[in-house]
Amino acid sequence: MLFEGNRFSSPFVTVPTGFCSWLCVVHRGTTTSETRPRCDWSFPYCQYTKEEPRCGKPILNNREPRRGKPILNNREPRRGKQEIMKWNGWGYSDSKFLFNKKGQAEFTGKRYRLSGMTLPSLQDWFENTFGASVKHKSPATVILNASVVPPPRLNEAFVENLKATGIPFSNEAEDRVFRAHGHCLHEIFALREGKKFERVPDMVVWPNCHNDVVKIVELACKHNVCLIPYGGGTSVTSALECPPEETRCIVSLDTSQMNRILWLDENNLVAHVEAGIIGQDLERLLNESGYCTGHEPDSMEFSSLGGWVATRASGMKKNVYGNIEDLVIHIKAVTPRGVIEKSCQGPRTSTGPDIHHFILGSEGTLGVVTEVTMKIRPIPEYQKYGSVVFPKFEAGVACLREVAKQRCAPASIRLMDNKQFHFGHALKPQVSSIFTHFVEGLKKFYITKLKGFDPHQLVVATLLFEGDRERVLQHEKQVYDIAATFGGLAAGEDNGQRGYLLTFVIAYLRDLGMDYCVVAESFETSVPWDRVLDLCQNVKERIIRECKERGVQFQPLTSCRVTQTYDSGACIYFYFAFNYRGLADPVHTYEQVEHAAREEILANGGSLSHHHGVGKLRKEWMKDSISNVGVGMLKSVKEYVDPENIFGNRNLL
Amino acid sequence: MTTCEDPSGYKQEDEFMDILEERRRSSDLGHALRTFTPSPYRGAPPLSAGALNRMVLESQYLRYVTKEVAMETGESVDLVREEASGILDEMSQNLQLGFIRLLGFTLSKVFKRLFSHININQEGLNRLQQAIQESPVILMPNHRSYVDFLVLSYILFTYDLPIPVIAAGIPLMDMKMVGEILRRSGAFFIRRAIGSDKLYWAVLSEYVKTIVRTGYAPVEFYVEGLRSRTLKSLTPKLGMMHMVLEPFFKGEVYDITLVPISISYDRVLEESLLAHELLGVPKPRETTMGLLKARRVLEDDYGSMHVYFGMPLSVRQLTKGRVDRCEYNLLPRDLPQRPSVETQECVSWLAQQVIRVQEQSSILSPWSLMACLVLQDHQNTDPGEEQEKGLSWELLTQRTLWLKGLAISFGARLDWPEQPPENQVMASSMALHSSVIRCHQGRVTLLEEEGPVGAGPFTTEEGVVRRARAVLMVAAYRNQALHVFIRPAMVALAIHTTRSSQREDIYSYFRFLLDLFSNDFIFITGRSSQDFEEACSLLRKCGAVQTSQQEVTSPEEGQRTTSFLRALLQPFIDAYQVVFSHLCLEDVEVFTERQMVPAVRSLATKLLLSGELTSCDALSSDTQKNVLSALLRLGAVTRLRTAEHSEFRANKPAISRLADTLAGRLPVQTAPNPRL
Repeated sequence: MLFEGNRFSSPFVTVPTGFCSWLCVVHRGTTTSETRPRCDWSFPYCQYTKEEPRCGKPILNNREPRRGKPILNNREPRRGKQEIMKWNGWGYSDSKFLFNKKGQAEFTGKRYRLSGMTLPSLQDWFENTFGASVKHKSPATVILNASVVPPPRLNEAFVENLKATGIPFSNEAEDRVFRAHGHCLHEIFALREGKKFERVPDMVVWPNCHNDVVKIVELACKHNVCLIPYGGGTSVTSALECPPEETRCIVSLDTSQMNRILWLDENNLVAHVEAGIIGQDLERLLNESGYCTGHEPDSMEFSSLGGWVATRASGMKKNVYGNIEDLVIHIKAVTPRGVIEKSCQGPRTSTGPDIHHFILGSEGTLGVVTEVTMKIRPIPEYQKYGSVVFPKFEAGVACLREVAKQRCAPASIRLMDNKQFHFGHALKPQVSSIFTHFVEGLKKFYITKLKGFDPHQLVVATLLFEGDRERVLQHEKQVYDIAATFGGLAAGEDNGQRGYLLTFVIAYLRDLGMDYCVVAESFETSVPWDRVLDLCQNVKERIIRECKERGVQFQPLTSCRVTQTYDSGACIYFYFAFNYRGLADPVHTYEQVEHAAREEILANGGSLSHHHGVGKLRKEWMKDSISNVGVGMLKSVKEYVDPENIFGNRNLL
Repeated sequence: MTTCEDPSGYKQEDEFMDILEERRRSSDLGHALRTFTPSPYRGAPPLSAGALNRMVLESQYLRYVTKEVAMETGESVDLVREEASGILDEMSQNLQLGFIRLLGFTLSKVFKRLFSHININQEGLNRLQQAIQESPVILMPNHRSYVDFLVLSYILFTYDLPIPVIAAGIPLMDMKMVGEILRRSGAFFIRRAIGSDKLYWAVLSEYVKTIVRTGYAPVEFYVEGLRSRTLKSLTPKLGMMHMVLEPFFKGEVYDITLVPISISYDRVLEESLLAHELLGVPKPRETTMGLLKARRVLEDDYGSMHVYFGMPLSVRQLTKGRVDRCEYNLLPRDLPQRPSVETQECVSWLAQQVIRVQEQSSILSPWSLMACLVLQDHQNTDPGEEQEKGLSWELLTQRTLWLKGLAISFGARLDWPEQPPENQVMASSMALHSSVIRCHQGRVTLLEEEGPVGAGPFTTEEGVVRRARAVLMVAAYRNQALHVFIRPAMVALAIHTTRSSQREDIYSYFRFLLDLFSNDFIFITGRSSQDFEEACSLLRKCGAVQTSQQEVTSPEEGQRTTSFLRALLQPFIDAYQVVFSHLCLEDVEVFTERQMVPAVRSLATKLLLSGELTSCDALSSDTQKNVLSALLRLGAVTRLRTAEHSEFRANKPAISRLADTLAGRLPVQTAPNPRL
């Protein structure tokens, strides 16, 4: 859960230099052109597109199945991004943090703005925060050992029938393992340790379109096979874990080949898209036509449209564009009972309970989302980052509350606590110019000495404005004026951008931590405004005390930020990490602490989840969260739609 | 912080030290002017009393209630706000360090005069200091004397710990000067009968909650609500308890720490007053003149005082699984919300827990043990016989030493020095109480109050009251020791009354006793079976019972212990029976408490004179009121809501059933009380 449903790609975004207080460090790392339409996704994803097979182009893969088993695939599968991604960590294989021989941290690869840079302060921060040392390595297993993967239990009749349809499939260990997990700490930890898997999917199928899915679901029903839909694989709720008690053949239904924009309607500003499309591809393709969805969960590099629908995802810029439930106009999904969809695209209807809401958040328990019609918007003309420093977290929260009250939240507004502020600073790349160095020093002096902000108390709010230039500047002034009444000082675009950078690379950083005996996770909640402060404080305190009680030898890192504002409350996001040296079973300890933290959240009036979902990780609290009757309603829907439990991932209920 | 098992956390090595020793050696002025820089909870920023009051007045909660009250009464909101502000002015403390210093100086002088030692457990103070850093702290002392009131502030001042704000009854405020001095020493004042005054409740609870929430200062209050006239623990009052705990239940603070504190006196300053009040002589109004007149008490010796700071109790840990804090999720936290039944039960349970810890960590003087024996002897003597009055000193010594052994084996904490010899310890302990007991020619006798000089001969009824006064004074010291023996005593009584050896029968009678007497003795709800097992095991340890899977029997050689224990309970049983028989009289139908007390008293007097009753406890208004509360609780008396004074109606069949059950004439009815 180290990424928020919304992984924003801020590091690539070029920034106009319009706003510049004397405090602000002008960011010179990127070029700015205010005349051409802004294309946010141009830089990183161009490279990615070049090497990435697109739909329609057959890719060649000569890898033979390794076991003595007969070759089951009738066509070489197209594995989506699997080829260029880590099998036991976050993101692209070529991008990772490491401490180089000089003891300095660097980020490898060429994909991100931080790529190829050294981060001189990261090691100090890392060692001081966790009591860790670069000498204590805990390296991961390098390659997947096929012997830890249980042999597939195949349903022969299903396989035979599937072959006849011509839909590609595979039962190779690597393909199956890749789809057997999401990115929970325990899942990644087990992969790194090379632990034996209890249960993984027995085979993977790659439908190419809606009709393929209909065929697969029909066959699954006919042969009583368990289907688990797989989109981007970025779940952090154990939603992709195969239930160990499942005895039927488990088929992972990989939607990655269903990745086309089927049509685009400029009159009504909607696009009809196949649900397997990955966030960044959707955004890039729409950008080519001058549009965007504006839905930018932090995971958008890897997560899929279908996944967003199935988990009720939330995007960083929801203040302008809305969350996924506000964005979808029409959903088509295949269930064991047949296809469910609405008959029109009316912008709002009063036709009983909205059936979309059975599918939104159903977490793959009812069927597969195949096609979605969603709103699109013209690419905004102008975009600008900003940041505000507050003397204390309390002041920052009060400011965000006021901004929400006045309904003038920018596209994104987030408040990082002091720990995260320092964390963000540890990611500063090497400064080359003496001038920048000087300005930095001056800035620090101004804030801490002249304004009397305590460096161990101050917090920073990061802002992102979008729209036409005039409006953005006006909007910006409004927000900074509000901030000023709460003692906030404008702190420049650079700080703002770095804030978003942190969310973006955090999951890569977790892999670095795990190389040095540090386990880390994040979790989120939503809570009414009046409980925000107490919830943050109590949850952090609970984590610290639970760690102590459970024998964690080092002070854990607990940090939080307010990531979304709503009229009546906020979304809060926690980071939690500790050095596990001296612990027999760090994952178990971690899970106990996380469990306690969730209980604390609930006791303080927080929700079970804002956007990560329930999966299997938080099932136990569903009854208390939505009442017995609520659970009964969901159960009866499941009972009607999928009486044989074909979609048997056992999430949610 | 530990939670249960031995909640008092008492260890033999707990060492007391005398804070007066230092005061006798060095300057009191120096002490009063010492640098005082306590570190408050989490380094909470200092808040002036004025700022605190403003926070309270401006709170959402008060605004809401103000509006509501304005709507209900038809007054303007401003007027109600002013009223609230007036209440707050009357209530609020105004803690000032200067006054603490002044008080420190005065108290040094007074305490040195009154007490030979003030012993405190240093270890407890260290724990307290630790706890204050971690979460808001609630100091919960027992209340036996007015002296309690400021002694904790004095100790905390001496040890550089934050001075608490103290909940006090409003009568104290009305004393000229004294009220103001107390206010500036951190006292805040609560009206006695708040009833349904919504605005008052709101101001008070917001005031208390704000103090807890902000970590302004430790809050000190008496969970018993009142000063105990009998020196027994009182049924906890839960209003204040709810107020201090709510910030935790609502998640406004991470945790709250309760620190039970046990204050024990060798001799209580107000002892003669206590007996008078119990016998119906009204309590003098608390006035400054009264205080000045009472200064002759300063001339007396009151022995030692022990202050034991108990193990801090984490509310978070104790309430785990007992309270679902989610119940507060659906209402704005600023609005008043009635706690659920579970929460109320849990709060009451917590209060009982605190009282139990207070009892367990209280320190018994040798005199308390002697008082038990003197009274038992007194009970057995026919008041008519003038000759051979009293108990011989040798016998008393011998019995006291036996009782000392028993008390220690039951886990009591005795203040019994190893030097000088036991005989002398007892003599000097008794000497403190020379106003009520005397050893003359080898016989120990109770002294009766002398009538006013020159007054004529008194009636026999007056004679009873005079005797009773002495008895009740001694009984108060016996009561200090009761918590040690009460559970085993109930088992002993159960064995005797049921005449059964079946564990089941004995246990059900034991539960009946717990239930009936739970206003007189504080038991922890839901712990009856543990209490029973523990009591049995104590009795087994001293050879007073033998137990098996099915049976509990009392062997011949344990008779001395069991008969002592039963005799300890006898006065209470007698008193209850007297009240029962009064309520079963034909002419008693609907009655008020005011009518009942004198009526019972005259019945008891009659019975005492006729020799049918031997113990004077039935004369005590406190006991009588407890019986009434117990009957109400058990449904044998119903309250009729009328006018100002509650009226009651007795359910005679139910009462006589209780009387018969208590006397063993009827088996215990097996409708189990869900509370136990």
